[in-house]
Amino acid sequence: MKVLIPAPLRSYTGAREVEAAGATLAGVLADLDRRYPGIRFRMIDEQERMRRHMRFFINGEQVFDTASRLRPTDSVQIVQALSGG
Amino acid sequence: MAAKKRTKKKSSARKRNARRLIVLVATRKGAWLLHGDAQRKSWRMDGPHFLGHIINHVVMDPRDGRTLLAAAKTGHLGPTIFRSTDYGTTWKEAARPPAFAKGENGRAVDHTFWLTPCHADEPDTWYAGTSPQGIFRSTDAGVTWNPFTSVNDDMQFRDWMGTAQDGTPDGPKMHSIIVDPRDPAHLYFGMSGGGVHESRDRGRTWTAIVDGLDVVEGFERSNLAVHDPHCIRMCPSNPDRLYQQNHCGIYRLDRPSKQWVRIGRNMPKQVGDIGFPMVVHPHDDDTAWVFPMDGTTVWPRTSPGGKPAAYVTRNAGKSWQRLDDGLPKSQGWWTVKRQAMTRDGGERVGLYLGTTAGEVWMSRDEGKRWGCIARNLPEIYAVETAEIG
Repeated sequence: MKVLIPAPLRSYTGAREVEAAGATLAGVLADLDRRYPGIRFRMIDEQERMRRHMRFFINGEQVFDTASRLRPTDSVQIVQALSGG
Repeated sequence: MAAKKRTKKKSSARKRNARRLIVLVATRKGAWLLHGDAQRKSWRMDGPHFLGHIINHVVMDPRDGRTLLAAAKTGHLGPTIFRSTDYGTTWKEAARPPAFAKGENGRAVDHTFWLTPCHADEPDTWYAGTSPQGIFRSTDAGVTWNPFTSVNDDMQFRDWMGTAQDGTPDGPKMHSIIVDPRDPAHLYFGMSGGGVHESRDRGRTWTAIVDGLDVVEGFERSNLAVHDPHCIRMCPSNPDRLYQQNHCGIYRLDRPSKQWVRIGRNMPKQVGDIGFPMVVHPHDDDTAWVFPMDGTTVWPRTSPGGKPAAYVTRNAGKSWQRLDDGLPKSQGWWTVKRQAMTRDGGERVGLYLGTTAGEVWMSRDEGKRWGCIARNLPEIYAVETAEIG
């Protein structure tokens, strides 16, 4: 499925949109990390929590649990929250 | 014979002077490398590296003279460590950056704050100190990092560490991880807050070394959580001597004693002995430098009176002399963070400091005269030097 990558993480992917596979959001993130080593830890901490300023959407709807299920036709959008100065 | 010895010494000094110096500057918005010539007179700026990343520390491995580690995060992304073996031309991310064990009361590393190359006999081994406070160790030159369980998982240490709300405004810091050059099993570290700790068995067991240290008025010295060392340095010429800039003064410790002596009492009263950095002379254990900060009222964290100055002691803290020639004479409201003042290893020691206003100042004569070698950088978090060539 297609995964939209936010600008701060494009140093890993080299692209705005990439392909990844998984039955859950966690699975997609694990697949992304296989393809682009290190990218997952920048988004998910060691306690499996989404980092404070990262937002995850499935088909445009925000999800808060990495166990959220995905179908092959879904798309994932990863977004950096707007904050700071 | 004596003449021969002198010649050899001069030759050795010339050789050392011929080595090029790099000043490694870590800032709130990236890292810069300042390449100096052999005379330390002209500087070429290389950077930014990691523009937009918060870089807390960049350190060169003195054991191989080529491995650079940079502790990085951004305002939005998690923390990591980057490595370079070609002086920053290319960087590669650590395969497993410092991270707490899963389920360990839910702690997650916010940023790596401090990097220490280990002993000369243990190439590729490094220590990292983080916020929230934890120690991590790498034995593969920073590629993978493992939690130091004797500290990170110890409930007594956890109690001293406090919560994310304790310690410095941007999070409690594990810092000043020191490896005795005579013995890799002999370690020290400082916790802001949480005190100073020593291990003689490579970190399996630890002893607090806080006797003689003052704490903020109204608190008990016996409570290690309120001890706040800002920066601890071991003298390379005498590893039994340590200097410390603490939240509550400047101290010296001569081992085997465990009693810190408040040598900051001898600073001028109008300046006081509050600050963050501590620098020790590479060849003379009686000489050390500090950079005082305004710690009155609400802790403005600026140079006292807007007049920045380093202070040096040449007699182990019995007296201090002001060193401000070349620095702003007034309206200089910046200060210097705990990792942002350092020195090189020259015969006539060069001093370097990075300011909260994004300037790098340098002295080629041990602080007598200062000159600005870089300006308009972001807020500087750390300055280190490395000799190459």
